[in-house]
Amino acid sequence: MAGSDTPKVDELEKGPWPSYVTQIKRQAQKNAASKDLLKVQEQSFNDKVTHWKHGGIVGVTGYGGGVIGRYNDMPEKFPHVESFHTVRVNMPSGWFYSTKALRQICDVWEQYGSGLTNFHGSTGDIILLGTTTPNLQPCFDQLSSVGFDLGGSGSALRTISCCVGPARCEYACIDTLDICHDLTMEFQDEIHRPRWPYKFKIKISGCPNDGVAAIARADFTVIGTWRDNIRIDQKAVINYVGKGFDIKNLVIDKCPTSALAWDEKSSTLKLKAEECVRCMHCINKMPKALRPGMDKGATILIGGKAPIIKGAYLSWVLVPFMKMEPPYDEVKDLLRKLWDWWDENGRTRERIAELIDRLGLKKFLRDMGIKPTPQMVFKPRSNPYVFFD
Amino acid sequence: MAKTDIGPPDYRLMLPEIIKKNYGQWKYHEILRPGVLKHVSEMGEEVYTVRAGSPRLLGVDFIRDICDLADKYCDGYLRFTSRYNIEFMTPDKNNVEHIIKEVNKLGLPVGGTGKSISNIVHTQGWIHCHSAATDSSGLVKAIMDELYDYFTSMKLPAKVRISLACCINMCGAVHCSDLAVVGIHRKPPKVDNSRLSTLCEIPTTMASCPTGAIRRHPDPNIKGITVNEERCMYCGNCYTVCPAMPLADGEGDGVAIYVGGKVSNARSTPKFSRLAIPFLPNNPPRWPEVVVAIKNIVDIYAKHAKPEERVGEWIDRVGWETFFKLTGIPFTEQHIDDFTHAVETYRTTTQFKW
Repeated sequence: MAGSDTPKVDELEKGPWPSYVTQIKRQAQKNAASKDLLKVQEQSFNDKVTHWKHGGIVGVTGYGGGVIGRYNDMPEKFPHVESFHTVRVNMPSGWFYSTKALRQICDVWEQYGSGLTNFHGSTGDIILLGTTTPNLQPCFDQLSSVGFDLGGSGSALRTISCCVGPARCEYACIDTLDICHDLTMEFQDEIHRPRWPYKFKIKISGCPNDGVAAIARADFTVIGTWRDNIRIDQKAVINYVGKGFDIKNLVIDKCPTSALAWDEKSSTLKLKAEECVRCMHCINKMPKALRPGMDKGATILIGGKAPIIKGAYLSWVLVPFMKMEPPYDEVKDLLRKLWDWWDENGRTRERIAELIDRLGLKKFLRDMGIKPTPQMVFKPRSNPYVFFD
Repeated sequence: MAKTDIGPPDYRLMLPEIIKKNYGQWKYHEILRPGVLKHVSEMGEEVYTVRAGSPRLLGVDFIRDICDLADKYCDGYLRFTSRYNIEFMTPDKNNVEHIIKEVNKLGLPVGGTGKSISNIVHTQGWIHCHSAATDSSGLVKAIMDELYDYFTSMKLPAKVRISLACCINMCGAVHCSDLAVVGIHRKPPKVDNSRLSTLCEIPTTMASCPTGAIRRHPDPNIKGITVNEERCMYCGNCYTVCPAMPLADGEGDGVAIYVGGKVSNARSTPKFSRLAIPFLPNNPPRWPEVVVAIKNIVDIYAKHAKPEERVGEWIDRVGWETFFKLTGIPFTEQHIDDFTHAVETYRTTTQFKW
């Protein structure tokens, strides 16, 4: 690699893990912006700081978001990435694609952008990485003509995401893909036109394994669960044990509430149904023998977010169990109601969890018309400073 | 004029036939080998999935390559996981070996299932972000090169989820991962009052500070602000609302490592990751200090945890004092919380280990 002007970046083409540098280099053969991007990366490796400037307002007609303005701070040195805006494209539910649709996106992005993408961004969007201001509108027009639309950015509803769900998972207690798509179509205005105190994220997981980290990463968390008992196929259990599966150590002893017992004499797995907290561990270990119950729905939780500003939160239980059937009116009504409350009471850049923390869960529940239940707390308060009004 | 608000394509148009036919009817699954899943439906139909690692940052020509592969073996469909892995699905068992061979030919590993280390969820870093305190793609590549064998095998006590955020904004929300790598600043913002009055709204900038460290400039002739540097914990929230307060600093910036978080409800409740290593330097292109530190934690965990224990569950059982002892990581004053929920972390029992 003698004579390379990106020796440090080149180093990352080595090693067994697939290299993003190789990806950029391949596009750099026909795209000047990609070529400059390699040099910007090298510059950052030398200086140990970023060379991207604070955003800037760019966009497409009719939308308040979906495009992230990005400018380089050394345009004289890297003229082809002087402006290098990102386009967020809303992915289909569950990240399934026909190759036809993927090829259409590739063609549009080769024509109007750097040819570089992320599949996918942190929130789940298809990220089209780097284009100029004049290219934004025609790029969007073309994307729209092949059936794609922009995702959320700024103080808006962000692109909703979900796990693979019933498409290819036996654990799914709710139709995550359909709920995701239905809510996305219902709330297009909220996604495309930011008007809230800050961002709002919705994620939908089909079971308590929470494959899309909804409890940590979404202001509004939907997690599939069930109310009746785990279904046990005793024959299949015996089959596991017969093949040497260590049911005692790997399942019985790991049950967090000691709800399971293995009766060796009768070769029966016994469930104390009232003790089960539906954690999924036993089902995860013995998917051929154990399954969620039949009375399925979702737990709705509120407030999950990363640290900025007042610290990170995991979502709190808001509705312990809700049936999830189309047209999902109960969820939609709840969302509209809590957005209004947040809009009315929230300060700029205050996520809904921070607002609830500031005003109190009690007030939030009252204003939402939701009755408190023990499932909403780990434990009641210990202090005696109680309001009665 | 293009149509607006059409939303994403309907997912039903993106599903392969075998998925459409058995939608909601899956009965059980098996992991046949690392990276290869078999799902069986109530009707006895089967779908095989080959999961491939991906660098996430993909060029369109490469995407066309994987489309060719999916056209050849997967009826023209594929999907991505929430951790950027590419999944090739086929109802035909005989296709599995062909897919693996071709995936490898494209330079991708097959794995990321079960008790493995799957792909690292991460952010943009120096590729595209203005607030990055470290790189993302480069650092991820350096770490995954080292942990590659854990991706292609299933030999850990439980799955290990690694995430990386290039600043504490954490657009990748890494705060509940077994291992979280977080870019941090260590120097207060450099205020440029000559630009501030035209670029930023002063009350908004002041209000943005979670510790109240930003005040209006005492000199009424200066339209600007001052920062009480003793109160600044370098969160960068002010920089997000006001570009005239950059924090990036070549020597000040680096990486912190948090451990023991999880999002799944299996066995124990979801939990936050906790600070293990307060600071490691940015040392591109290979970040050797960070890579060694992560490998050490993973290896110690693999050696000491019981089967089925996630990193956080193992630490909960053995205690943090044991974690620091086994890993050889020094415990410092930075490990003691002094932010909003600090007191909840102070120990209120005589139970501990030596």
